[in-house]
Amino acid sequence: MKINRRSFLLGTTVIGGGLLIGYASTRPSKHSLANQQFEQPYLTTWLRIDPDNTLTVIVPHSEMGQGVHTSLPMMAADEMDADWNYVKVEQAPATDLFANGIVIKGFVESMGVSIPGFLQGVASSASMKLAEIMNMQITGGSASVRFTGQNGMRVAGAAAKEMLVKAAAARLDVPESELSARLSYVHHDASGRSLSYGELASDAARFEPSTSPILKDPKDFTLMGKPIARVDIPAKVDGSAMYGIDARPEGMLYAAVKTSPVFGNKLLSVNSDSITGRRGIVKVVELEDAVAVVADNYWRAQRALAALDIRFEQTESDIVSTQSIFAQYDEALKGEISEDVELGDTSAALDSAPQVFEASYRVPYLAHAAMEPMNCTVHFHDGKADVWTGTQDNLGIRGQVAKLAKLDENDVTLHSFYLGGGFGRRLPNTTDTILQATQIAQHFDVPVKTLWSREEDMQQDYYRPAVTSNFRAGFDAQNNLIAWQNHYIGKNEPAEAAHTPYDIPNQSIGYVDSPTHIRFGAWRSVAHSQHTFFLESFVDELAHRSQQNPYQFRLNMLSEKPRHAAVLKAAAERAGWGRNLPEGHAQGIALQESFGSIVAQVAEVSIAESGQVLVHRVTCAVDCGRSINPDTVAAQAESGVIFGLTAALYGEITIKDGRVEQTNFTDYEMIKLKDSPAIDIVTVESGEALGGIGEPATPPVAAAVANAVYILTGQRVRELPFKNYRFAAAPVEQSA
Amino acid sequence: MARFRVNGTDQNLDIEPDMPLLWALRDELGLTGTKFGCGIAACGACTVQVNGAPVRSCVTPVSAIEGTEITTIEGLATNAAAVLAPVQQAWIDHQVPQCGYCQSGMIMAVSSLLASNPNPSDEDIDNSITNVCRCGTYPRIRAAIKSLSTTA
Repeated sequence: MKINRRSFLLGTTVIGGGLLIGYASTRPSKHSLANQQFEQPYLTTWLRIDPDNTLTVIVPHSEMGQGVHTSLPMMAADEMDADWNYVKVEQAPATDLFANGIVIKGFVESMGVSIPGFLQGVASSASMKLAEIMNMQITGGSASVRFTGQNGMRVAGAAAKEMLVKAAAARLDVPESELSARLSYVHHDASGRSLSYGELASDAARFEPSTSPILKDPKDFTLMGKPIARVDIPAKVDGSAMYGIDARPEGMLYAAVKTSPVFGNKLLSVNSDSITGRRGIVKVVELEDAVAVVADNYWRAQRALAALDIRFEQTESDIVSTQSIFAQYDEALKGEISEDVELGDTSAALDSAPQVFEASYRVPYLAHAAMEPMNCTVHFHDGKADVWTGTQDNLGIRGQVAKLAKLDENDVTLHSFYLGGGFGRRLPNTTDTILQATQIAQHFDVPVKTLWSREEDMQQDYYRPAVTSNFRAGFDAQNNLIAWQNHYIGKNEPAEAAHTPYDIPNQSIGYVDSPTHIRFGAWRSVAHSQHTFFLESFVDELAHRSQQNPYQFRLNMLSEKPRHAAVLKAAAERAGWGRNLPEGHAQGIALQESFGSIVAQVAEVSIAESGQVLVHRVTCAVDCGRSINPDTVAAQAESGVIFGLTAALYGEITIKDGRVEQTNFTDYEMIKLKDSPAIDIVTVESGEALGGIGEPATPPVAAAVANAVYILTGQRVRELPFKNYRFAAAPVEQSA
Repeated sequence: MARFRVNGTDQNLDIEPDMPLLWALRDELGLTGTKFGCGIAACGACTVQVNGAPVRSCVTPVSAIEGTEITTIEGLATNAAAVLAPVQQAWIDHQVPQCGYCQSGMIMAVSSLLASNPNPSDEDIDNSITNVCRCGTYPRIRAAIKSLSTTA
């Protein structure tokens, strides 16, 4: 149906008489998630002004610590010239309006934007899929600010301001040109009169929102670019912040689950004799590949589950190991390579190059290990369902539960929560916990909270894929890098993760698929996390092998990439690249563009007496175009460094007998305060198009550390993590 | 019966003596500010104070805390007018939390540390605060702790 102005306003009446502005836009995204590819995501954002002058910004993205419940409202409020003290934030779809797919769909259509054909008919409601795409962008591409914010929130805010000014002009009977908007009031300075946005809202709602309002010049920003305190933080210091795990609907039971440790293997049998008559145990539920014990207390459920005799089937997956997977990769890389980048004639260049270097790199599987173990609470009642969970895709989850339970989507209510970490684990294509919780709850007429133990969380993840990457590179007689060949396992998300920014005339980059039964998914920074380690280690290797300074070597090949060069310089200058370091310390450098942002990092490293790596300081230079909330940019960069460093130092999921060997934080270690380096963030405000910030600081740090370790030890680390090495100091002569 | 005080209120719970305090707090008393992270005392998300000392409640059976005074994150600010405890205020001032899930335990651990050692060195901090924060808020945690030290 086509929604018209009238029905749109009817929507506003439902929620209380204020002015509501919806805005939809489309923008192609370069990045798409692992397993999911979309060319034209749609975004919708909403603003509401109530008579008391409160501006409510309805944010269609989940808050998981990345600050999106603050930065997006900042963008809308700034364009509106709203007083930040009057701004409130609501997460969609807490409002029925947002959950009303017809309004979204209609509004999109009224903008002349059609829903992509591949979505129509896929789901019972195309609008649900629309929202799903929108939500998937949150963590899929560090996209909330640069797309929803830039094309949605700012435009909606500017359009709202235009409407408010028009309303004030009519009310005061003065030309719009004599009016100015400041801090949630429209002022007529000549007469000293002013009207609040709240007073003007219902009049303003009579005007059509412009789809192309004039956006502010950055010099006029009042909120964007300023460090604004995050709105979600106060509740996170007093225990009142609610996560999915904290849902406690009345009469709730608790389910503890054991799923087949070998992915895909089915449940054969369960003997529950040993728990008969135990206190609090309500039921044992058998699923296709799992067993759940439901009890009146999670501990009782978990303890009873551990006492069950559970048999799973055996399949050929049971013989798979880390060793067999890497052997499979090596074999695959001897086969046909799918081309990604072909520049010049790499084969000929390598054949004629006086010097050719080769190296093979690999990284292991990694778990997300979000601090909040996976959980979901579901209640079936009166032919309807309520779902309580923290997810990166609220409406998509609603649709998935409805589909599984054969309910109408409108009969499923999703209660959204803060996420105790996402990092890609709570995406719409990794909803196993939610579907499991749904199946378990179908056995009950009371709410059931399915909560995974840390062990289940660790062993039933969608892992960051293990990858092997092989390189060959050739130099000409003048010591210029002229040929670059890179063959690796697995088609990347995104493909550009393996693209080199450096000016190398002959490039041949390609991949070969080599599937395993290990589930994989998007992990903070997706394929950049593997490939930046490979690329920036090998480039560093080439610098040393050709007796060139690793920093200067990179800089010399960035003449066509001024932003990259500027970021690299900024990191090197702030870190004091080449300065005298304390005895036994060395610096390594690495650079990567991801999600529209460019990041360079310098790691200062030493080797402990134990032979392990100590990282003292990481200097991180970031060009994300422009900082919307500079404190959030810094926080996310710090977070990205620690996340990447945790993986580099400790991260390793190994496979034995077809299953994940690691179980908990004791064998899948995390960085703690004692090994957390000082982190120095430098932002390069280029003013270019907005880039993401949730992920781009994660990729470079592993290579930066490895490159420093090489200088200290002469040993080139081509496999992660560092915990598997005991280094002996054997410093390398550095090139000037 | 398990008998102990939580945030100033007496509790008499008809639960098994080996039930960990974490689940007594969360599932029996509805105090969800204390978080489940690992179940084996490895991450510290479940840290509460037992007579002021930091304890990982996921491995502490209620039989071990009989008659004690438990403080959870919900009770840290229950002084006059629910003013935030200094640690909580420092956490806001330094914009420490990201996802926030580990921060209840982190704040309880830091609050205990500062009560016994008002001016901790970096080494003291490293040795005492062994909680895991997956978002990597450590630089801000250290800065916030230092801002609270008596010589700051």
